[in-house]
This record gives sequence, C-alpha cells and structure tokens, in this order.
Amino acid sequence: MAEIVEGGFGLYIHWPFCAAKCPYCDFNSHVTRTVDHGAWADAYVREIARLAAETGDQRLDSVYFGGGTPSLMEPATVQAILDAVRAGWSVANDWEVTLEANPTSVEAARFAGYREAGVNRVSVGVQALDDASLKALGRLHSKDEALAALEVARSTFDRVSFDLIYARQGQSLSDWRDELLRGLDLGTDHLSLYQLTIEPGTAFWDRKQAGGLKGLPDEDLGADLYEATAELCAEHGFEAYEVSNFARDGARSTHNLIYWNAGDWGGIGPGAHGRLTLGGERIATEQTLLPKDWLAGVPDGRHESRHLLSSLDRANEYLMMGLRLRDGISLTRLESMAGRPLDANRLTDLEGYGLVERSGSRLAVTEAGRMVLNRVVSELLLE
Amino acid sequence: MTELSRIRNFSIVAHIDHGKSTLADRLIQLTGTVAERDMKEQLLDAMDIERERGITIKANTVRIEYPAQDGHTYVLNLIDTPGHVDFAYEVSRSMQAVEGSLLVVDATQGVEAQTLANVYQAIDANHEIVPVLNKIDLPASEPERVKEQIEDVIGIEAHDAVEISAKTGLGIPDVLEAIVQRLPAPAAGDPDAPLKAMLVDSKYDQYLGVIVIVRIIDGTLKKGDRIRMIKTGGTYDVDDVGVYRPAMTSVPSLGPGEIGYLNASIKQVRDTRVGDTITLEKRQCETALPGFKPSVPVVFCGLFPVDTNDFDDMRDAIEKLALNDASFSYEMETSAALGFGFRCGFLGLLHLEVIRDRLEREYDIELITTAPSVIFHVYSRDGEMTELHNPADMPDPATIDHIEEPRIKATVLVPDEYLGDVLKLCQDRRGIQMDLTYAGTRAMVVYDLPLAEVVFDFYDRLKSVTKGYASFDYQMLGYREDNLVKMQVLVNDEPVDALSIMVHRDRAEGRGRAMCEKLKELIPRHMFKIPIQAAIGGRVIARETLSAMRKDVTAKCYGGDATRKKKLLEKQKAGKKKMRQFGKVEIPQEAFINALKMDG
Ligand SMILES: Nc1nc2c(ncn2[C@@H]2O[C@H](COP(=O)(O)OP(=O)(O)O)[C@@H](O)[C@H]2O)c(=O)[nH]1
Ligand SMILES: C[S@@+](CC[C@H](N)C(=O)[O-])C[C@H]1O[C@@H](n2cnc3c(N)ncnc32)[C@H](O)[C@@H]1O
Ligand code: SF4
Ligand SMILES: [Mg+2]
Repeated sequence: MAEIVEGGFGLYIHWPFCAAKCPYCDFNSHVTRTVDHGAWADAYVREIARLAAETGDQRLDSVYFGGGTPSLMEPATVQAILDAVRAGWSVANDWEVTLEANPTSVEAARFAGYREAGVNRVSVGVQALDDASLKALGRLHSKDEALAALEVARSTFDRVSFDLIYARQGQSLSDWRDELLRGLDLGTDHLSLYQLTIEPGTAFWDRKQAGGLKGLPDEDLGADLYEATAELCAEHGFEAYEVSNFARDGARSTHNLIYWNAGDWGGIGPGAHGRLTLGGERIATEQTLLPKDWLAGVPDGRHESRHLLSSLDRANEYLMMGLRLRDGISLTRLESMAGRPLDANRLTDLEGYGLVERSGSRLAVTEAGRMVLNRVVSELLLE
Repeated sequence: MTELSRIRNFSIVAHIDHGKSTLADRLIQLTGTVAERDMKEQLLDAMDIERERGITIKANTVRIEYPAQDGHTYVLNLIDTPGHVDFAYEVSRSMQAVEGSLLVVDATQGVEAQTLANVYQAIDANHEIVPVLNKIDLPASEPERVKEQIEDVIGIEAHDAVEISAKTGLGIPDVLEAIVQRLPAPAAGDPDAPLKAMLVDSKYDQYLGVIVIVRIIDGTLKKGDRIRMIKTGGTYDVDDVGVYRPAMTSVPSLGPGEIGYLNASIKQVRDTRVGDTITLEKRQCETALPGFKPSVPVVFCGLFPVDTNDFDDMRDAIEKLALNDASFSYEMETSAALGFGFRCGFLGLLHLEVIRDRLEREYDIELITTAPSVIFHVYSRDGEMTELHNPADMPDPATIDHIEEPRIKATVLVPDEYLGDVLKLCQDRRGIQMDLTYAGTRAMVVYDLPLAEVVFDFYDRLKSVTKGYASFDYQMLGYREDNLVKMQVLVNDEPVDALSIMVHRDRAEGRGRAMCEKLKELIPRHMFKIPIQAAIGGRVIARETLSAMRKDVTAKCYGGDATRKKKLLEKQKAGKKKMRQFGKVEIPQEAFINALKMDG
C-alpha cells in the first residue's frame, strides 16, 4: 500500500529554457540555441528513479512541469518523464498533471502530444489582453495568438488555467476591470492573477533603479486593483482561494495546494526546490541553477544540496504559505510542528484590527488581512 | 633658537572657501617645507571629517623657513584656526599667540560675514593685518572693487593688498615678502628668564598621547625640562619638543617668539587648558598670562544608540572623544522612548554634527539624534533659577514664574535680490531687526534672534533661500524672557518624550501642525490607523491621522519561493527591532530629527 502524505505529495519538474527572457522575470530561465532533448530526458528519468527509491512508494497526487517554458519540451520527453513517474510511485486516480505553456502557435501545436503523454491540465501564460501591453512585457505572442492558443488548450484539455499580470505601467483601475472582465469570459475554470512585482536582478528592476519604468501604481491604487480583482472574480463565480489564484468549484490547483498546505514535493531540474519528509525529518532540497552544471551533476548527485529544516523553520513555512489560502492553517498542526503555540497577544491584536479570524482550531486571514499578509506573517513568525 | 627679529608669527583669516587652505599649501610648497611628492591638498586639515567638510576644528601650526630678498632666512610660524562660527571662541584664543594676520578675501566674492567676524578678532588681538586678494586668475575677480569694500566695510587700508592666485601660485612670493616686511617680529622676550609659554591648543594623538602647541614668551623649553601648568597645577616631564614642518620634527629647544609643540606624557586633553601658562617646576615665572574662560556648550541634544546593545560601546566612544575635545560635554540620559543614551552639549550645530559623524563612522555606532535644544533658564515662583537642558525635564508649569532663553546677534551678508527672503526668514524665527546697511550691492542685516530658532535648521534654510549667496555669523547676546511653553507630541495617544520641544506660545499651533504633518510622512503606515497629536499641557493643538497600511502582500509564492520569501519576512521582522517601539507604533530613527525641520 502506498503511503499517504499529510498535505499531499507532488513532483515538480523544472524545464529551464525559454525562447527569450522577459524583462520582469526572475525565474531560473535561460536562452540557448540548441538543447539536447535526449540527454535532458535521460537525466530527468534518472532523477525520478533516484527520488522514488528514496521516498519509497507514496501516493503521488500531482506532477507539475514549470519553467522556463515547458511547452518547448518535446512531447516525447514529457512522455518519458511521466512513464518513469508511474513506475516510481502509485499515482492517485484523480492525479493532476499540469504543464505551463506559452501561447504561441508553435507551442499550441504540441498540446495534443502532451495530452497523449498524460498531461491533463495546462496553465497558459497569457499575461495581458492587448498587444501594446504584451509588447511592454516583452512577450513574443500577440493577443490573437494567445486567444487562439487558449482555444486549442480548451479543446485539448479538461482543465485550463491562464495567467494575467496586472498593475502594469499606466494601467488604471477601469483599464484593468475591462481587461479582467474579458478574461473571465474566456471559458476557463481557473485564473492566476498577479500584480506585477519588480524583482531584483531583472531588466525592469534596473530600469526602475535608473529612474525609468514610470507609472507603476502606488500602494493605494495597488490596493484598489486588488479589491476590484477579488470582487469581479467573485461575481463571476471564481473564488479567491489563494492570494493570486481564483477557481470555480472543484477547479483549484492540486499541485499548488501542496505547497501552501506544506505537503511534500520532490523538485527536479535546474534550480528546483523540494521538501521531503524522510525518516521523520523534514528536508529541504535544492538543485544547481545552471542547466549545464545540472546536467553534468546528475550522474553523481553533485547537482543537489540538502539541509534539515528545524521545527521552527518548518512551522514558519507552514504559517507563511498556509495563510495565503482562504482556508488558512490548522493551529493544532502548526503547534505540533513548532512545539509551542503562536504569540497569543499578537493574535489577539491582529484579530482586533480585523486582519485574522479564528474558527475552531483554524486560523485564516480576512480579506483586509490578506492585503497586508506580509505584515501579518512577520508579526506572527516564531523566533 | 631663532633670533627674534627673524621670526614672524601669523594666522590667516578668511571666509570659508576663500582659499585659506590653498594659500597655506602654496606657502608650504614654495618654501620647500614639504618635498613635492609628499604634497597633498590641504596639508593642514588633518582629520578626515575636517578634510571632507573643508573646515579646521583644531588649531594647527606649521613652521616655514623662508630666505627673504634681504638675504636673511626667516622663520615663519603659521597658525591655522577653525573658520566656522561654532569655533569662534577658539579662534579668538589662538589669535593671542601671533602678531599678525593675512586677511584673505576671494576677489570674486568680496567680504563675507565670516571675513568680518574673523578680522574683528584679529583687530581685537592687535594684529598687524595684510589684506590678500585671492583668485585673481578668475575672470570674475574684481580686485579694485574688493579693495574699496575692505576699506569701507572693515575700515583698514587696502590699496597695497597683495593680489594672488593661490591656485596657480601667482603672487605667492609677494605674500612671503609682505609677511617679512609688513608683519612685526615678536615683542622682545628674554631667553634667560624663567620659562613663560602660552598653551595654544592641545590634541590627542593615538600613538603619542596629548600633544600641546605652545608659544614661548620668555625663557627656553627643552627636552627633559620638568614643566608646570600654572592654572591646572599639573607637572610633567617633557619628552620631546619640536616644530611642525608640517611633519613633527624634534628641535633641541624653543626660545622666545617661537611656536612649536611639546609632548610630556599627558594622558588627556582635559588635563590641559587652552590659554594656561606653562613654566618650569623649579624656576617659575612671576606673572601668569591672563588666560581664557573655557568655552561652554550652547547646543544640546540627546544621542541614543539605535541598537540598545551598543550602549556600552557608545559610552566608551564618547569618553574617548571627550578626551580630545574639552568643549564637548555629556551626561547620561534615560528616555522612556529611547532607552539609555547621553545628553550632549556642543559649541554649535556643526560641532554636534562632527561629533555625531565621528561616533557613527569611527566607532561604528548607529545613533538616534533628538532635536537640538538650547539651555533655557526656568525661574520658579520662589525666585530660583534652574537650567533646562532637556525639554523632557520641564517642571510643572504651575510652579514656573517665567522662562528666559538665550538670544544672539546674527549678522547676515546677502546680495540685494535675496534680502526680502532673508528678512522674512529672520522674522519667521522671531527675530528683531537691529541694523540694515549696504556695502555695495550687498546688504548687511543684523538681527536679534532666539538661539533656539537658529540651532536647528536656520543655516540650511538661509542657504536655500539665498541659493548659497548669504553668509552668516553670530555672537551671544544674553538671556531674555519670552512666552515659552513645552509642546509634547503624542503618537497613538502616547507621549513621545524625545519629540518634546520648547516653543513660543504664539507659534505653537504652527509648529505643532508642521510636526504632525512631518511625522505623518516619516512614520510608515501600520496595520492600524495612528493619531498623531501635538499638545500643550493636556490641550491638543494639532492633529493628523496616519491611515492604516492598505497593501503589503507577495503576489507569487510557490514551492521554489518558500525559502527566499521566508528570509525576507524574517528580515522584515528583524528590521522592526531597529525601529523604536512606542506602544504599538514603530518610529524610524531619522524621524526624531526630521520631524522638526521646518520647510517654510
Ligand atoms: N580659481 C581659483 N580657485 C581657488 C583659488 N584658491 C582657492 N581656490 C579654490 O577655492 C576652493 C576653496 O579653497 P580652500 O583653500 O579650501 O578654502 P578655505 O575654505 O578658505 O580653506 C577650492 O576649490 C580651491 O581649489 C584661486 O586662487 N583661484
Ligand atoms: C513560471 S512563470 C512563467 C511561465 C511561462 N514561462 C510564461 O512566461 O508564461 C509563471 C507566472 O508567473 C507570473 N510572473 C512571472 N514574473 C512575474 C512578476 N515579476 N510579477 C508578477 N507576475 C510574474 C507570470 O504570470 C507567469 O505566467
Ligand atoms: S516569464 Fe516565462 S517565458 Fe518569460 S523568461 Fe520567464 S519563464 Fe521564460
Ligand atoms: Mg580650509
């Protein structure tokens, strides 16, 4: 019998290549002229076997192909990986197999192949619904191409989600409301809606440091945009089950819930992180960032480093990740991780400000609390 | 020992940036006192902070040997003094050690407020004065106009002023000749009489201990002498005597008229008193020099370590600094808000900044500086006077009869077109006009002003309203009664003692409103709204509300982000510890001083 892991068990596969680097992106993505697909497929397969031997048979709830741009993978690579996965673990009947796809015609052409290989959900990086914005975001696709790719996705997969980035330069509240209304009408059951974040190490960051990148929203407009997003999604039957994720009934992402519920996941591929419970200890794994180092390191294991998470680290991660969810966290579980409860005075203060709510042994942020979640969490972090 | 008639002792007086340091460098260079390769700009400004700010804090001295056109070699001793008004009193004391001054005036700028203040001190010290017009290499220089101005405004003869460019070296030989020809030799002194020397200044050297600069009046000073300081009574064995060339160079002895240093294993600068008379233990001189009053601090503020764990380090650092600076005072202070720290007294704002910078920089301690304040004289109903150094210590108003505050006479020289702005600024600061005259196209405005209104940001404001064209100097006038009250600031209904200030009753509303508005900008939004109020006694006179933070949430956080984002939040939490906690509100350290800056 396969073991069932608290919070779920998933596998993350990182594909590190992209056709071009987007100016806002701080993901581990690299642009190269050629990729030896066979060598990469072999390395992933080898990693999966290694990991499966280590975890033993557990019930696997989800596989996620993230990037980079996984829709640049050969369907055969995806096939080989999923074959290895099925050989390594017992998979849940309703397992979720997601692949992140960029919406160009070339990539849409591979969708059928991915479905053949076992992918049952795609997350499409639409990002914006007008050409000027797409250009400003450095995207290679047009609005029409994105809509076409989404159409192909919907006819190929049961479950389709797409991403939009808002709070862009010069975007007004009404601009965004219009754009989001069009997005809500595109017939998917899941949406990831992210406020643009200017991350260190990106081209946007440098531009902003140099005094450029004008017209980004201030705190108040950011708050208004966020409130409008939650409101419109709710009106259209999309529940804000996480800070930036919205789903119709039953369409929540199994995979991402594993992260937020502090389940276990294996992380394979350049820069991939994992969390594994092995022999009662919680272990953080991290793989080498550079694709060529990773590929070279796989045969003898030089590509991965590990460290033990203390009970506090573990509890703090659960707190930080779990409070992102509308359902919040179990205080009982947190307490058993940390060996002690959260600071009662701070909890009472936060309740008093209307930022958190307790019901039974669950703690969750309110809508107001979610907007200042970083503050709430840093108040509550255990030391 | 040098024959008296071949000695010239002098100082250079100038407004800041008129070229005093550059001229000193040229004099040193031209006489070959320093090898070309050792020449760095501004040789005399030793301390880093002095170099950076272009100001001299301690008196420095240098001996220059100059073969004059008359065939004799002269010893020229230059004493370089601080030019800033904070140190005016120090300047007046060093001037007593020399017989003449070069008055350096930038020929493109003309006479400025500091020129006036410093030249009057030279005149008071009975100096012979040689006017020197600098920067004549610049096309904008107007030597003839400036000569006239010197004659009109200062009232000294200027037709034979030496015209130079300290930058290019033009005219420097003429300066050297003028020193020899036009400045007097020291008054007769007897090399065989008992030693009588003036203690000109002293400074601490981390390798050598205290170095004393002396001017010999009578007798001789040599290594091995056992000396006595007449005022302090201390006796010391002299380990070394010498002169600065400008490197310290030992000499066998110093005789009448000469200026040099002595090193006698003195532990602290506090053991020496500027103006004291130095004589021999065994053979004392009959009369002592008149001596000077010690300089007294006029501006006070609280300094607190940002990290309360740094308190012990801060105490050590303050004690060390005080060893080298007798004009700076300190006593321990406890603030409900800021914890343990020190209430420190300074000669002026620049002095305050210099000390604070040195604590932060040389000793690596981050500090919170509270609002600078002056000493108020608080008279109780039973006629007793107490000095109030800290508004937080204000006694119960019911027991107070009246309060007096220090006033100054401020002199501002300003081009015509900015006169209106300067008058407005002085009026706004409760000034009373004493005089307004013209010197060419420049106005000279004299105001009677409360020192309390000046210690804070008056000088910054003056510079900004006049685009840097005004010059400013002041003197103390004494204490005068006014309608003064203590204003408190309450943040989230809790009084923050470190933000209490003394204000004139009529201005309290305006100041209170300005402070509340400033604090609203300076305090970051919290998770709840925060009332900010100014109050006199129990009565609120101004109020602002800082609204609650609306949004601070990470948009994207998946499995790969957990480690990094958690670190960020932990950092955010640790960062909060660096802020000061008042009840539930965190106030960033810079708020304490910036809240008081007045923009208008
Ligand atoms: N053009 C020109 N600049 C000069 C001359 N003398 C000094 N300066 C410049 O004026 C500025 C102030 O000189 P400094 O000697 O530091 O003035 P101090 O504040 O009186 O010591 C510096 O930038 C010097 O380089 C001069 O004769 N001609
Ligand atoms: C792994 S990334 C990229 C997936 C895919 N390569 C793409 O670009 O469509 C997943 C999503 O994160 C979002 N994202 C990436 N960088 C962001 C940023 N700086 N601010 C906000 N959202 C961002 C985008 O919506 C993106 O689709
Ligand atoms: S946003 Fe997506 S496509 Fe763009 S560089 Fe990042 S991972 Fe690649
Ligand atoms: Mg100088």
